[in-house]
Amino acid sequence: MKAKALIPLVLFLLLAGLFFFTLKKINQGEYNPRHVPSPFIGKQAPAFSIPDLLQPGKKVDPAAMRGKVWLMNVWGTWCPECWREHGYLLHLAKDKGVNIVGVDWRDDPAKGREMIAKLGNPFLMIADDQAGNVAIDWGVYGAPETFVVDKQGIIRLKYEGAINEDVWRERFEPLVRQLEGQP
Amino acid sequence: MKPLLLSLLLLAGAMAAQATTIEIHRFENPRQEAIYKKLIDELRCLVCQNQNLADSNAELAQDLRRKTYEMVSAGKSETEIVAYMVERYGDFVLYRPPVKGITLFLWAGPFILLAVGFFVLFRVVRQRGRAQNDFALTDEQRAKAHELLEGDDR
Repeated sequence: MKAKALIPLVLFLLLAGLFFFTLKKINQGEYNPRHVPSPFIGKQAPAFSIPDLLQPGKKVDPAAMRGKVWLMNVWGTWCPECWREHGYLLHLAKDKGVNIVGVDWRDDPAKGREMIAKLGNPFLMIADDQAGNVAIDWGVYGAPETFVVDKQGIIRLKYEGAINEDVWRERFEPLVRQLEGQP
Repeated sequence: MKPLLLSLLLLAGAMAAQATTIEIHRFENPRQEAIYKKLIDELRCLVCQNQNLADSNAELAQDLRRKTYEMVSAGKSETEIVAYMVERYGDFVLYRPPVKGITLFLWAGPFILLAVGFFVLFRVVRQRGRAQNDFALTDEQRAKAHELLEGDDR
């Protein structure tokens, strides 16, 4: 009888422990309730060919990035996190020589160009995805989102949210370095 | 006069606001329309995750509705469109996830909980029954009680 009386307490402690553990993980950025596992990891990156934001006569095509490890960053001037992230992307492109292709998603191209002119351009090229078709094809559901694509054109990582120093060091850098070493 | 004018103005404003959110689609046949309606009801908006495409007015939901409409109009079947969405957004885009290894617990969970509930109920009821039996009297006790109740008061 005594042991039985302890059951609710044990259950409570177990649940409290579980909640504490989960909450801690959420605060550390894991177990993000909005995170949707991408079905693309390990698959060939979807192809597209749409006008370049800065040179509308030219087309942006990921096939041009074959043989390089590159990042595809989906952004928009309407997305506050993207403004915050922009400085770090500049740092990655200028100081670390990271290849980044931008996708200006559901945006007014004039505003997009204005933002790039004002803050600088970390991108090798920027796809002007006003209709949101590239975003749908890549399974994007928020901005900023960043993909890592390897030399064979295979998606290796999808990250939802702004990249900063910590995120780069933990999630991207080891992977990018490893992929760089592969054929 | 003034309140009437004001309410008319408010009504006009409300109608204008609503008019911007309604999309008009024309379908070749009622079957396509039925597929479209069914799909936007069953596909999840990934921005406001507890709404389906039909309910959500998020921009992504608008885009996905447009995509669904385009595919339906192009004569794609329901399974093809669902496969297209799952390929891009994973099973999460479906409000009714498929039964497979990873979703097994999701599907079986409620039944497991129900079974546990029945088990506990069964145990409790049986225990109560047993506790009541503890009060049952032996023949000897019964006779004594009878004697006490029926017998003369001293």
